Amino acid sequence: MQQTNSDTKQNGWAGAMGWLDARFPATETFEYHMSKYYAPKNFNFFYYFGWLATFVLVNQLVTGIWLTMNYVPSGDAAFASVEYIMRDVEFGWLIRYLHSTGASAFFIVVFLHMYRALRYGSYRGPRELLWLIGMAIFIALMAEGFFGYLLPWGNMSYWGAQVIVSLVGAIPYVGPDLMEWVRGDFLMSEVALNRFFALHVGALPIVLLGLVFVHFVALHHVGSNNPDGIEIKKNKDENGVPVDGIPFHPYYTVHDIHATVVFLFLFCAVVFFAPEMGGYFIEKPNFEVANPLKTPEHIAPVWYYTPYYAMLRAATFPLFGLDAKFWGMVVMAAAVIIPAILPWLDRSPVKSMRYKGNLSRWALRIFVVSFLILGVLGVLPPTKEYTILAQFCTMLYFAYFVLMPWYTRVEKTLPEPERVTE
Amino acid sequence: MSTGDTVHDAPAGDSANNDGSSRRYFLIQATSVVAAAGAVGAAWPFISYWSPSEKAKALGAPVKIDISKLGPGEMLSPIVAWRGKPVFVVHRDADTLASLETDIDMLADPNSEITEQQPDFAVNAWRSERPEYGIFLGICTHLGCSPKYIVTENFEASGQGGFFCPCHGSKFDMAGRVVKGVPAPSNLEVPPYRFESDTVVVIG
Repeated sequence: MQQTNSDTKQNGWAGAMGWLDARFPATETFEYHMSKYYAPKNFNFFYYFGWLATFVLVNQLVTGIWLTMNYVPSGDAAFASVEYIMRDVEFGWLIRYLHSTGASAFFIVVFLHMYRALRYGSYRGPRELLWLIGMAIFIALMAEGFFGYLLPWGNMSYWGAQVIVSLVGAIPYVGPDLMEWVRGDFLMSEVALNRFFALHVGALPIVLLGLVFVHFVALHHVGSNNPDGIEIKKNKDENGVPVDGIPFHPYYTVHDIHATVVFLFLFCAVVFFAPEMGGYFIEKPNFEVANPLKTPEHIAPVWYYTPYYAMLRAATFPLFGLDAKFWGMVVMAAAVIIPAILPWLDRSPVKSMRYKGNLSRWALRIFVVSFLILGVLGVLPPTKEYTILAQFCTMLYFAYFVLMPWYTRVEKTLPEPERVTE
Repeated sequence: MSTGDTVHDAPAGDSANNDGSSRRYFLIQATSVVAAAGAVGAAWPFISYWSPSEKAKALGAPVKIDISKLGPGEMLSPIVAWRGKPVFVVHRDADTLASLETDIDMLADPNSEITEQQPDFAVNAWRSERPEYGIFLGICTHLGCSPKYIVTENFEASGQGGFFCPCHGSKFDMAGRVVKGVPAPSNLEVPPYRFESDTVVVIG
């Protein structure tokens, strides 16, 4: 206390910070999370995406708030209000395209962020909880995207939401009543539109921000992993600073600014020149107002849900007395949730793919390829051949997880280095 | 700081003299139970709030459909809505009616054994009150898309047409009966209806 009292007598910046620090841990927080947060010095390309996800989150919040200023969540006016934003509101088109492209960009960076964790074993102890919080963010993000997709009230919005809400109806016994409760009506209507709006702009952003906050807190407590998958905290100098660590600020803040500029080049190219991305970011039937009596000729979810959607469709036969529809829902839910248990499936003595054996490497490659194939199949119509391929890829997707305790134990691994490489 | 000072001891620490701690334990338990009951009670209105409102329930009134201009082989267009759901009305010709009784090998539930899918009067080969008029809710029993009416090319076997769902590829015959090996688990639902006259049907 005496220390801070003397500080307040100083003038200028130091004086102001002293006054603030006596009342709020400003400098302490900045040092803990930025200038004295030591991150491994060997971060590579895959370590940009955590920051980029944060950046896109801010973009979604700002553009989203701006969109609500002109959007009207009612069955009669929603579609027209989006067209009004696009045509008559000053720069309305830009704000909306930033938001719609931002949604796709969010999933691109989050998928790459998660791939990084698979590649370098970032989900392994002591980062299990960090990984679980990340999974919760991923699920909240999928829900956020789903609720948001209904809001333009186009015909694809309508029928996409109809299909996903109908999944609830596949639950034995309580399904149909539960579905009515979710919709608040006997069909998808303005009632659902209003509550989806409330969830999209109110509830889920709060949940997401809270989860992102604890994701940061957990990360800065355990420290970042790195491409070698070794703990830099095991090797500290006389001041307690990891010898392979560098302060996040200024080293990685500058590094991330560079990444942001590159990201914005690509992002703006889409926003300005291909905001619909050939019907993948904004689907063509969505330029027609929702019609409860007419399903679009070809219905597919937005691209970031298609791998899971393909797995949903891959369940085409009844099992144990429960129909295929129920199993489709189970397979899809399991596909989303199963990565959460990765920390307990991976039994390898090493974390990073650099030191794992060939089985793990091939397992990851096959997993990524099958996920991509499922993503493509999800936008294609369900023919007999495609369904068989989807069933095969679904097996491969789950095999990556189910067989992991086996292949990570039997393979021959390389010794981890004492210090980070590069 | 003797053993008598239970207030400052850990609750499970001293089993010889635990009058105070067991009472405290009971109070914590009782308070928790009451708080949990209170939380459930408080959650109730928030959960009920999501159920269909009185206004939504009131919109389920019956609708009248004029079928005087519906020729053989046609489906009523534009499609009428009952409770907001599309209603398919098809006029089946004699060939189609005959095939409904014979081409049943490809069907999952040809005899309408899943009773929730139709009123009792529609448990027959054509799933309708009057054989020539088929009336179904145009909502796929898989995930709720609205199937397309296909006149001929739908079924290789019978060539009699039917309904095809574009979302996940489910197929139904001209009596709304689901084909085997598609995602939809049951036949199209037949709504409750009655013929007010030869040309007017009341749905609901």
